[in-house]
Amino acid sequence: MKLPLADLPLGQSARITSIDCERHLSRRLMEMGLLPGTPVRVVRVAPLGDPIELRVRNYALSLRRAEAANIAVSSEETA
Amino acid sequence: MSGNAAPAQVLIAGNPNCGKSTLFNALSGGSAHVGNYPGVTVDRTSARLRLGAREVQLVDVPGMYSLTAGSPEEQLAVNALIEGQTRAVICVVDATTLQRGLYLALQLIESGVSVVVALNMMDSAESLGLRIDTGRLSQLFGAPVVPVVATKRRGLDALLAALDKEIGGGSGAERVEVAYPPRLEADVAKLIPVVAQWRPETAPSQTRAFALWCLLSLGEDTLRGIPDDVRRAVHEIREAAKAQGRNIDLEIISARYAWLDDALGEVCSAQERGPSWSERIDRVLTHPVAGLVVFSAVMLGMFEALFAGAEPLIAAIESFTGLIQTQATMVLPPGVLQDLVVEGIIAGVGNVIVFAPQILMLFLFVGFLEDSGYLARVAFVIDRVMKGVGLHGKAFVPLLSGFACAIPAVMATRTIERRRDRLVTMLALPLMSCSARLPVYILVVGTVFAGQSLGWFSAGAVALFSMYTLSVLVTLAAAAVIGRTVLPGPAPTFVLEMPPYRWPSAQILWINAWRRLRVFLVDAGTIILAMTILLWALLSFPKSADIADHYAEERERIEQTEASEIDRAEALRSLDSQEAAEQLGYSLGGRFGHAIEPALRPIGFDWQIGVGIIGAFAAREVFISTLGVVFGLGEADEENIPLRQALRDARHADGTPVMTPLSGISLMVFFLLACQCMSTLAVVRRESGSWKWPLFLFSYMTALAYMASLAVYQGGQLLGFG
Repeated sequence: MKLPLADLPLGQSARITSIDCERHLSRRLMEMGLLPGTPVRVVRVAPLGDPIELRVRNYALSLRRAEAANIAVSSEETA
Repeated sequence: MSGNAAPAQVLIAGNPNCGKSTLFNALSGGSAHVGNYPGVTVDRTSARLRLGAREVQLVDVPGMYSLTAGSPEEQLAVNALIEGQTRAVICVVDATTLQRGLYLALQLIESGVSVVVALNMMDSAESLGLRIDTGRLSQLFGAPVVPVVATKRRGLDALLAALDKEIGGGSGAERVEVAYPPRLEADVAKLIPVVAQWRPETAPSQTRAFALWCLLSLGEDTLRGIPDDVRRAVHEIREAAKAQGRNIDLEIISARYAWLDDALGEVCSAQERGPSWSERIDRVLTHPVAGLVVFSAVMLGMFEALFAGAEPLIAAIESFTGLIQTQATMVLPPGVLQDLVVEGIIAGVGNVIVFAPQILMLFLFVGFLEDSGYLARVAFVIDRVMKGVGLHGKAFVPLLSGFACAIPAVMATRTIERRRDRLVTMLALPLMSCSARLPVYILVVGTVFAGQSLGWFSAGAVALFSMYTLSVLVTLAAAAVIGRTVLPGPAPTFVLEMPPYRWPSAQILWINAWRRLRVFLVDAGTIILAMTILLWALLSFPKSADIADHYAEERERIEQTEASEIDRAEALRSLDSQEAAEQLGYSLGGRFGHAIEPALRPIGFDWQIGVGIIGAFAAREVFISTLGVVFGLGEADEENIPLRQALRDARHADGTPVMTPLSGISLMVFFLLACQCMSTLAVVRRESGSWKWPLFLFSYMTALAYMASLAVYQGGQLLGFG
């Protein structure tokens, strides 16, 4: 099942399928190791609901929901 | 840089939070020189390093995830790499986030420069159950890989030996070649001749790496010094690829990561593990309730340290300055030279070092937050609020520090990554009501609201509370407006690594805070000193001989007439104060105060307050001592009863009182909003790298202050107050 990373339930793992942000941001994310096929998990949500924290390639990365909305993932539980 | 022939240069590069600065300090022993990279306001920290028989210059390059650049600040790493004197790069990689760190190492090795990979935090990696075959990794890369633990100084000798060997010619190992897709190779082949024409002296392998860099970096960038034909060629290639539905960025980056994934599958074995203690801490520190409680407590602690903790030190510096001034007054003969030394130079130096306690304290605190990893969590917790006004979560700490003093707060903006976000923050935060404004509020409140109350509260308390609330609202509004008008640009993106919690090293905190202080003392300090002297001259010259003669006669008369010793001393002191007031009125500054009075009347001030405002430019609290002189009272502070009385008794030419509750509010609003602080301007000049931004800051804040005071005073009069 494909969905935006921003909608991935807390704690659930998924694989990135595409990154469609503006170029600087896409490039930055890709160079930090977020590429199609990379496993990712939402581990935390900030106290005020935004941003969210991801676990990817053995480190923690936080992103705003607006940015995570442009990253598509496919959830492993239904795939 | 230095005058002698450029020494061999070794760059030390790595991801943010990889322990790069720790390694730099471990290698350099803390003796470093802080300068600036040409053209950008990024600190360039360098140190001499003995390496076998040779001496090299070790340069700490700012933390980065890749060489790819979109702005001049990101470009400086590439520029440093292609500088002729750069002989090698130490690429520091956090062994616990191996892939991401090695991505940068791979890019560096591809670029053709000599690279030594320092695999840092090997102890953490091992305790996480990670085993890394560094020998095999070294073979695959074709570059030495040395395991180190920078905090414990482990592996440094092996690292230096490997570096020495690389500079001496290297092992001749074959460098890694990443296999890019054939279509991309064809694109690179098309670009190589154009790049070769631009940089004819470059070796072919480097030209290829440079072509890849251009493909990935150019387009929608603000890079400098790229020839148009290179830009054109890149644009054409990218457009053609796009037409075929290809994404060149993705092709380059994923080919590199694919190579890394393969290589690491071979050299690295990991065991499954439970949540680390860092994750457990985060469950509390970013918890919806506990997280906010801890956050508030930490911020309150910082605030307390800046406000109250620095107070005794500041007082000590001020009384020490006073002591030196007294000594100088006794040693030097009275006259212009004495005044210059006492009120210009010593006061100026005092004006500079008085900031030292708060700068040291804020940087020790921010350094602790940053090195421990909590600063990233501060940004994470508060970003939702900051986003609303177009700021980055990391702007919070500088903004909050602005309540204490704008000088260290402006310097703290350097934790914000992007230049535009940093500028927006530093242009808005001087509107936060800093501690130097408080004496002015207290004087005004004590003068016009003494003993009055509004319901349950004293009128003064309500006025003070309103000032602080107003300052927060105006600061946030200014950030939002500046970010949309003067510095438009994409809203800050919040892509922030949450590093694992680590216990910071006290030595490194101290070294870094001390370096920041030294930069302030040297760069901003000279400007502050010069402006203090200028301001002194403005309020001292020209001197009127007539006034001096008149008071000399008066003194003589008193010497002869007054009977008792005490009466005589009292009368003479009062004469001195009156003379100082008259001379101040005669000086350029005093005349300027008279000249701008027509502009000050509509906001409820007279020329005397005008002179006070001019004097306050040295520092806001100087407003009070200047007023003391203007009213012929000699020295005065905000609790001074005669000064309050003199202010209450002051009358406009038509006999109406100058200080009414309404003009008092107008004066407080003016001081809240006006940029009455040359030190802020000096530090913004240093941190922004140009006079353009301090000029803008001064103009917009002064205009805002005037208009707000005008609205308060005129609006209040229309409504029948004052």
